[in-house]
Amino acid sequence: MEIKEHSTAISEASPEFHQRDMLLNVGPAHPAMHGIIRIIAKTSGEMVVDSEVEIGYLHRAFEKSCEDTTWNQALVYTDRLNYVSACINNVGYCMAVEKLLEVTLPPRGQYIRTLLCEISRISDHLTCVGASAMELGAFTVFLYMIKGREFLWELIEEYCGARVTTMATRVGGMPHDLPEGWLDKLTWTISEIRTILSECHTLLTKNRIFVERMEDIGVVSKENAVAWGFTGPCGRASGIEYDVRKDFPYLVYHEFDWTVPVGKRGDNMDRYLVRMEEMEQSLRILEQCRDKIPAGRVSVDDKRITLPDKQDTYGNIEGLINHFKLIMYGHGVRVPQGEVYFPVEGANGELGFYIVSHPDAHSTDGCNGMPWRVRCRPPCYNMVAGLRPMINNYMIADIVPTFGSVNMIGGELDR
Amino acid sequence: MEKAALLETITALIPNAKVIEEGVDRPAIELPPAHLPEAAKLLHDTDDFAFDMLCAHTAIDRIDDGKFELIYQLYSTKFHHYLMLSVKVDREHPVVPSVSSVWRIAQWHEREVYDLFGVLYDNHPDLRRLFLEDDWQGHPLRKDYRDDFMLTME
Repeated sequence: MEIKEHSTAISEASPEFHQRDMLLNVGPAHPAMHGIIRIIAKTSGEMVVDSEVEIGYLHRAFEKSCEDTTWNQALVYTDRLNYVSACINNVGYCMAVEKLLEVTLPPRGQYIRTLLCEISRISDHLTCVGASAMELGAFTVFLYMIKGREFLWELIEEYCGARVTTMATRVGGMPHDLPEGWLDKLTWTISEIRTILSECHTLLTKNRIFVERMEDIGVVSKENAVAWGFTGPCGRASGIEYDVRKDFPYLVYHEFDWTVPVGKRGDNMDRYLVRMEEMEQSLRILEQCRDKIPAGRVSVDDKRITLPDKQDTYGNIEGLINHFKLIMYGHGVRVPQGEVYFPVEGANGELGFYIVSHPDAHSTDGCNGMPWRVRCRPPCYNMVAGLRPMINNYMIADIVPTFGSVNMIGGELDR
Repeated sequence: MEKAALLETITALIPNAKVIEEGVDRPAIELPPAHLPEAAKLLHDTDDFAFDMLCAHTAIDRIDDGKFELIYQLYSTKFHHYLMLSVKVDREHPVVPSVSSVWRIAQWHEREVYDLFGVLYDNHPDLRRLFLEDDWQGHPLRKDYRDDFMLTME
């Protein structure tokens, strides 16, 4: 009886009733919000007329914590920034500190870093594309891609013992050389990923349900993308030809033959296509890297920075003292005064570390054992800041693919 | 543009800009806070530099000098060059003009710096905390910040 009355009430209501705007909270804990973020959408019918993005639910004082750690300890926190491609964070932070220290890694160390970075990049893109495809109903793609990601994470696990929070590098080098048979396993994984990518292309790229949800949705013009500081796949999908690996080459990227895919329309489909192509390019880099990797040391040969071999630590007194001098509280790597901004190409875009070393009152040598300030420039911060114009004037259902293609990672966004 | 040429052109155009030479890895200039808005507009609009992207904006607490150093990392998507802009403000009265009308992303960056350092931005359209709750007391990235939950080594 009540239900009947209610339905009559709606049908007899004045036209203004239907036009009234409604506030809709999406998140903070919503299955389509990867991580915790809140979108407050003002809707008129099915359309989003205005919106507000609220972040900070995962803020855990990364920058403040780094100020109370030694240079190497801060690495543990960088793992938790972009937890899908943690190796890139490790490499970015370490290279910033190494720039302050004015040391360069031996070639083999640089190659290993490149390998780990590209593996992480592919796993990040697989997660992003897989998850956003799943939200549009393509659960198979999600499973295929997560399977691929698992193969990649197994490689990372074999190198450093962890799948997600890797801590795969150290200031001034790598903790150890590649394990035996690792490169053969890489070859196998590359071919597996190729198969998965071609399967997913078949499932998605011309799939009508997928294409209609993606094409011309969440469009960002090049001008807007620049104003919001978009980099990475989202920036390139909007036509900004900027890739740190090409424009400011670091590690050994300049030695390889690969291209940077650039989109035209800046919609969800372009972001998807750019990511798919980038994975193929990363596979190419991996192959060339595997073929060219030289022999030699993996860390700089400087006892003030690099830990001695374990046999020295346990075998002779110099090694033991060296180990203690780098590990004990109040000792460790000491970095000269200065400030440095070092960008690397993270999976989402330019991942920059702005690091300040400022000698404190206890310093006698003008160097510092702890960072004075560590600022991470998280790539997805800009995309989330620019999310408002991407979801305004589209339908409520379009929030899901648009938000998925932005690939927001709570860890690096909220720090 | 090459580093030397870039700095020369900038100092010719913005007479108040002072080139920073020590301890920095990129072309860097220092500006007095009052000249920030017009300098930002010049850097953004002049075709010779076209610094159309604000990569990062942050602050450093120079507590020994009683200053906050505000850092703006600029990038040009046209010429692929960088510039670091440094503005020092008094720690006691940290007020600077906002650049959010020049670079839109600065809206969020300035909210973040306000949240964590307590720097106030003039003419910012919506200066609220970004990460912390609205009723949070104090600004945690200040070096003299203390609260009841902090574990310190002293």
